[in-house]
Amino acid sequence: MTTPAFIQVDGLEKTFPAPMGQEPVTVFQNLDFEIEKGEFVCLIGHSGCGKSTILNILAGLDAATDGYVFMENRQVTGPGLDRGVVFQGHALMPWLTVRENVAFAVKSRFKRHSKDEVNAQVEKYVDMVGLTPAIDKKPHQLSGGMRQRVGIARAFAIEPKMLLMDEPFGALDALTRGVIQDELLAICQATNQTVFMITHDVDEAILLADKILLMTNGPFAEVAECAYNPLTKPRSRQEMHHDEHYYPFRNHLMDFLVNGPSTPYADKLEGNEPPPVEAPADRPRRVVNG
Amino acid sequence: MSQSLRLRGGIVSILILLVFLGAWWGATLPTQVDLGDMDPEYAAMMGLDTVKESDIPTPGDIGSAIWTHLSDPFYVAGSNDMGIGIQLAHSLWRVLAGFALAALVAVPLGFLIGMSPLMHKALDPYIQILKPISPLAWMPLALYIIQDASISSIFVIFICSIWPMMVNTAYGVASVRDDWLAVAKTLEVGPIKKAFKVILPAAAPTILTGMRISMGIAWLVIVAAEMLVGGTGIGYFIWNEWNNLDLANVIFAILLIGVVGMILDMIFGLLGKAVSYKEV
Ligand SMILES: Nc1ncnc2c1ncn2[C@@H]1O[C@H](COP(=O)(O)OP(=O)(O)OP(=O)(O)O)[C@@H](O)[C@H]1O
Ligand SMILES: [Mg+2]
Repeated sequence: MTTPAFIQVDGLEKTFPAPMGQEPVTVFQNLDFEIEKGEFVCLIGHSGCGKSTILNILAGLDAATDGYVFMENRQVTGPGLDRGVVFQGHALMPWLTVRENVAFAVKSRFKRHSKDEVNAQVEKYVDMVGLTPAIDKKPHQLSGGMRQRVGIARAFAIEPKMLLMDEPFGALDALTRGVIQDELLAICQATNQTVFMITHDVDEAILLADKILLMTNGPFAEVAECAYNPLTKPRSRQEMHHDEHYYPFRNHLMDFLVNGPSTPYADKLEGNEPPPVEAPADRPRRVVNG
Repeated sequence: MSQSLRLRGGIVSILILLVFLGAWWGATLPTQVDLGDMDPEYAAMMGLDTVKESDIPTPGDIGSAIWTHLSDPFYVAGSNDMGIGIQLAHSLWRVLAGFALAALVAVPLGFLIGMSPLMHKALDPYIQILKPISPLAWMPLALYIIQDASISSIFVIFICSIWPMMVNTAYGVASVRDDWLAVAKTLEVGPIKKAFKVILPAAAPTILTGMRISMGIAWLVIVAAEMLVGGTGIGYFIWNEWNNLDLANVIFAILLIGVVGMILDMIFGLLGKAVSYKEV
């Protein structure tokens, strides 16, 4: 008997009710995947395939039409403090300072903490994302990257069993993105945090993820492949493109996004690759939007 | 730049005031009365003068009225003769009491309407019908039921303050950003804490805008209400001085109403600023 995975997603489906005079839309269906404890999982797919919807279902903020999500063998039916969410638009409360924003989360999670204990916890996680000098500033006084870091600190500060991140770096420039990716990588390796993250960026996924879920386009999107990252840990942005697996794996992911599903990467590695299939001519060739 | 703009604006304001006072002064100069070929001595004997004072008070009359009232604002010399400070205090008390009662009803109800689409649909027709009613139209009913002029005035203030506050609160609560509510949900924040720590601060600027509008309307309405029911208050004072044909006092009271209204508005402006936040 195998021990069940930390997160178990079974036959998940989401159908949005029909707008007036139209068919209901099934965004995705038959979704099955697992996340192990301590694993960093990235979900990649084109815009509109339902990634945010999946994350919201995992967070308990949205309900699936069909199928189940289990976390440690218990069905996920609503939001909870065991899952920390980093929102796409950071979702900081603009009337609170950085300290108060993080403290709001800490107080909700650790209801019996004294004032000093709350403060210590807040300062620890604000320091972790390098924002101690800005701790008493309001969000509008921060740059976009700093706000996103506060969002990350807030999610980490409740010490969740799992972290859910919806394109956390989508709105950032490449430079800031790189810095925060490094920070996130260091924090996750230090804390062995379980993470589920949505991204558009293939390099980001290769750097951060242990496992990459590849989604086809919607409607009726599916997870077509679950690719394990062949690059050895620890990875770094500077060194990773010297790894012999980097280019083949990256090409595989890009091919998936541009041409759609083909032979899974694991099969390619074993060498029993069937002759390459031509992409169907009718399939629109789309570039990955970053 | 903005400093000098403010300075120049101030200078122009003062110039406008001086021009206005000058025109007023000029228009109310005593006029020479043409007595024809009447003997001046006879005219004086008859009480007719060659110089006729203007019927409209001069700036000087107003100045002395201001001085008289402000030098002793709190005297009470009888039920019909009280200092202007006392009259003002009566009006302010009614406005504040009616306004506070309205806030106690409007803010919770606005919360309910803003949070529950059902209650929004259910209460909307009543609000739409009650909102356009002139608050003074309630006065006869209030006087008949309450049987007390002062409390009736408070009721009229209550009824006119309630709508802007309620509508704005409902709007502010309904437009709290979804991701803030999602944050509260993922943190398992209870409904009370969510209302006070997330929705209230998020909606506070809109709520205060509603309160500011309500206060403005309340201050407009109290003058009319007091003219109607009499007894005490700045509105009654104006009506009383009109009956005494003392226009200088009427003009003084008009100025005072304007100044107090401005101060009330400024207070709510400052409160609004205190709870405002910059969205990012
Ligand atoms: N409330 C809704 N009602 C109807 N359709 C919806 C609703 N929410 C989302 N959708 C549809 O579901 C699909 C998936 O939306 P979702 O936000 O999950 O996409 P996504 O993969 O996160 O896209 P992106 O990468 O652009 O963020 C979209 O096609 C969208 O039109
Ligand atoms: Mg999305």
